[in-house]
This record gives sequence, C-alpha cells and structure tokens, in this order.
Amino acid sequence: MERTTVLGRLNWQAADVVGVAAETPQVKTIAFDVPGWAGHRAGQHVDVRLTASDGYQAERSYSIASAPGGTRLELTVVRIGDGEVSPYLTDELQPGDQIELRGPVGGYFVWEPGDGGPLLLVAGGSGVAPLMAMIRLRAAAGSDVDTRLLFSSRDWDDIIYRDELQRLNGNGLTVTHTLTASQPPGWAGYARRVDADMLAEVGPGPAERPRVYVCGPTPFVEAVAEALVHLGHQPQHIRTERFGPTGS
Amino acid sequence: MPSIISRGFRGRRGDAPPGRLPPGQYLTRDFPVLSAGPTPHTPLERWDFTIAGEVGEPRHWTWEEFRALPAEEVTTDIHCVTKWSKLDTVWQGVRLDTLLAGIETSAQYTVAFSDGGYTTNVPLADLTGGKAWVAFSYGGEPLAPQHGGPARMLVPHLYFWKSAKWVRGLRLAATDEPGFWETNGYHNYGDPWREQRYWGD
Amino acid sequence: MDELMLDGNAVAGMLSEVFAVEMTTATMICGNCDIAMAVGAAHVFRGAGIVLRCPHCDHALVKIVENGTRMWMDFAGMRTLQITR
Repeated sequence: MERTTVLGRLNWQAADVVGVAAETPQVKTIAFDVPGWAGHRAGQHVDVRLTASDGYQAERSYSIASAPGGTRLELTVVRIGDGEVSPYLTDELQPGDQIELRGPVGGYFVWEPGDGGPLLLVAGGSGVAPLMAMIRLRAAAGSDVDTRLLFSSRDWDDIIYRDELQRLNGNGLTVTHTLTASQPPGWAGYARRVDADMLAEVGPGPAERPRVYVCGPTPFVEAVAEALVHLGHQPQHIRTERFGPTGS
Repeated sequence: MPSIISRGFRGRRGDAPPGRLPPGQYLTRDFPVLSAGPTPHTPLERWDFTIAGEVGEPRHWTWEEFRALPAEEVTTDIHCVTKWSKLDTVWQGVRLDTLLAGIETSAQYTVAFSDGGYTTNVPLADLTGGKAWVAFSYGGEPLAPQHGGPARMLVPHLYFWKSAKWVRGLRLAATDEPGFWETNGYHNYGDPWREQRYWGD
Repeated sequence: MDELMLDGNAVAGMLSEVFAVEMTTATMICGNCDIAMAVGAAHVFRGAGIVLRCPHCDHALVKIVENGTRMWMDFAGMRTLQITR
C-alpha cells in the first residue's frame, strides 16, 4: 500500500531556463532552475504552461528526466513538427527565458532505491525520460539493484541518452535496445517492436516479481502492458505512463 | 499571480477573417480529437437512431433507412469550448427537421444520447428550422470513428460539445435535463457568441 | 484501444491544486463494477472536460471541468476514495 505524500496544494510557479542541449536531431533537454523547488521523486512529471502576450495559453505535461537534486530539473522534449508547444520549447527557449510549471506530481509512477527491485523498465522513444530519472537516481544512490531497461527507438541516431546509458551499463543495470525503423551496419540487436518474446528474453520473469514501469506513446504502452500480462506478470506490479498518440 | 508570459510563444494559431471567430476562440488548422470516453465501434448492422420520449409514437431508423433519407451538404464553422474554432467545415447530414417531421409533441427539450453513455441537452427549437443535422460525412469522407462516426449530431450554432458524437437518438422531454457536461460546470445552453462556456456565464 | 487515452497520472497536477495529498496513489472503488484501483491507473480521456474511467468497465468515475477561476468535479461514479495518511 502506498503511503500518500502530503504536499499541500500546488500552484503554478516560475521556472528559469538555464540550459538547452541537443540529445538527438529531434530531441532536446532543457534545464530549468526553479526557485523554491522542493525536490521531486524519480518518475514524476510537471505540467508546463506557456502564455502568449495576448493571453493565449497552452499546457502540456513532461516527465522530469533528471534525478532529484537541488532546485534544478531537466525536461527532455521531442520536437513534434506540427506541435503547438514542443517546437517552441526546442527551437525558441534560451537561457534566461521563463515558463510556468506545476508540480512535481505523479506519485503513482515513481521509484526510489528503498523500493528495491528487480526493475524492468520499458521505454518507447521519449518515454525513456521518467525511466532515466530512475536510472540516474539509482546510479547516484550507488544502488546495484537488478535493473533492465528495454528501450525502443526508431534508429541508432534517435536513441536518447545513448552515450550516458552506455556508460551506466553494468553494476546491475542492463540496457537493451531495439531499433524498429533502421539499424546500423553490423547491428546484432533487436530490430522489431517490443513483443512478448522480447520481454521474456530481456526481463526478469514473473516469478521474480519485478517492479515494471512502461512509458511511451499510448499504443506502445498498451501493446507492452498486454504482452507483460500475457507472460504472467501481475497487473498491479505494472505501472504505465501513456504519453498520448504522438508521445508529446 | 498573473501568468508569466513566455517570450516569443504564439501557439499554433491561424488568422481568421474579422468577425468570424466568437469571443475567446482561436483558429485551428487541424481537427483536434477530444473524447469523453473510448471510441465505440457499433457495427452498422446494429446501428439505429431513435426518437422517443414525449412523442405519440417512437420513431426508429436502421442505418439503411437513415441513409435513404434526404441529406444535404452543410458548410459551417464549428467552435469548441476548449477555444479552438474551425471555419468552413464541410459535412453531409440529415436535417433534424426531416427526422422530426410529423412527430407530434408538446416537449420543448431534448436530450441527445450516444453510444458510451454521453448525453447532452438541446432545446427542441435549437434543432429545428435548418439549424441541426445528424451528420455521417465530414470533408467528403464517411465520418471517422474518432470524430464521432458513423453518425454524430451537428449543431454548429452552439459549442461543439452539444454536437454529440456517436449519437444514437434523441429523447424529447417536457423538462430540461442537463447532460454529461452540463451537470458538471459547462453552460446549460452554450452560445459561443455570448461566450456561454461555464455555469453562470 | 484509444490512442488518446492517458493514465490517471496525467491529472495529477490538476488534482494537486485541490487535494493536499498526492492523489495518484489514492485508491478508488468503481461505482459500477466495484473493482479497486489506484487513481494513477484509471484511464483518462480529454473531451470538453476530463473524464477518469474505470480501466475494467469504462464507467465514468470522475469528471473534471476547469477554467482559470473555477473547477468542477464530479465523483459520483466512484464509490469510495481511500487515502493513506
């Protein structure tokens, strides 16, 4: 049974952009400093609100990709070509700009080292963001709990956090990629959408009672969750975060 | 605390010809899909449309009977309470006047009901006189399920939540019965030109 | 399966403006099928307003409408809400 966090009523607060970094051609990580930020838990998200000079507003939710620490948090944003919010975040924002955010929220999709494992993290594209917060927290805490990330991306260049994941691989963390659209020459890894066979090969089996977190576009999450239940994993150990149709 | 303006943010808004947009609305180029629930998939063999309630005799059409009724093309602007508007949308549908023809009733109110349980109330007078249709085609194509197909209400002079998707019929009522959203904050009537979005507006 | 459907987590921010406790880990009992689930596991649909539905029977558990100054919530579809203090 989860202990419910008492957090007081949250409201919109100012966030200052302190850095913008490209992860892949379509993806940027934006670092914010949020005065008075009380911290967050790995897996939580924030609601972001943008207001135009004429009062027009748009809101979106983004998972916090950084591990908890200080007043700084990082959001990883995929640029959706005809999107309303993501092109602004990836193309326009510069250090010194401000947006509003509300959070952190989402105690349901959260992991802390005290929760233990084994962990099965299944990511579709930008769905890796909240899982990366968990992986980064795990590394910072010096945890060696059995953690397996199964990460679906379109191709090699689209793998978000690719180099960092390679560095963190080991000490109980196994990173397995599947590339669904195209693969580099000599690729010996998975080259198809995540399915039950892949999950069975990669993940701890149901008998090990892993904590499973699945995040990505809604169709991806649906397919993976269904496959996991089909393999015998208990639905109550599977936590999902659906990003909607495009993952934005 | 007033909202912080984000430098350079404009959103993805078009420019509308003057006077075409009701107050507080923005023009959109796409057609956002907004749903209160999962998309139903009623096969056409099982689909029917019913008019019942305060009527002498309930009326009922199968899909074939419905599609055999005289239909017309409608070009109209639509306005969603979530602030987007779309101009010159093209539909094909059967006028409610056609469906209501010959029905004797003293009822002044209606409730449209849909697969999945959605309801919305519209005064009978707002469905007649060429103001409302049951639409089965959008943009020259059969109405897609995510946009309410096989058939939805089309009542463009009111906010679009009044144009019930996946509509299966109309219940005529002697008293007004606020529907799914009208019981939860949205305005009972919903005139976009008077910006009647919420209770008390 | 609906592409647009989200998890209850998606409304965590909105609920946090009202409830002093983290709501996504609270447990709801469906008023229709009596199955219990975390708020975070409910299915979220965005129509004119927001609807949380039971993942087992699609029953509408919670409806939320908001504007800048008011928020309306209907919990009639939920039988019981359990929060751990």
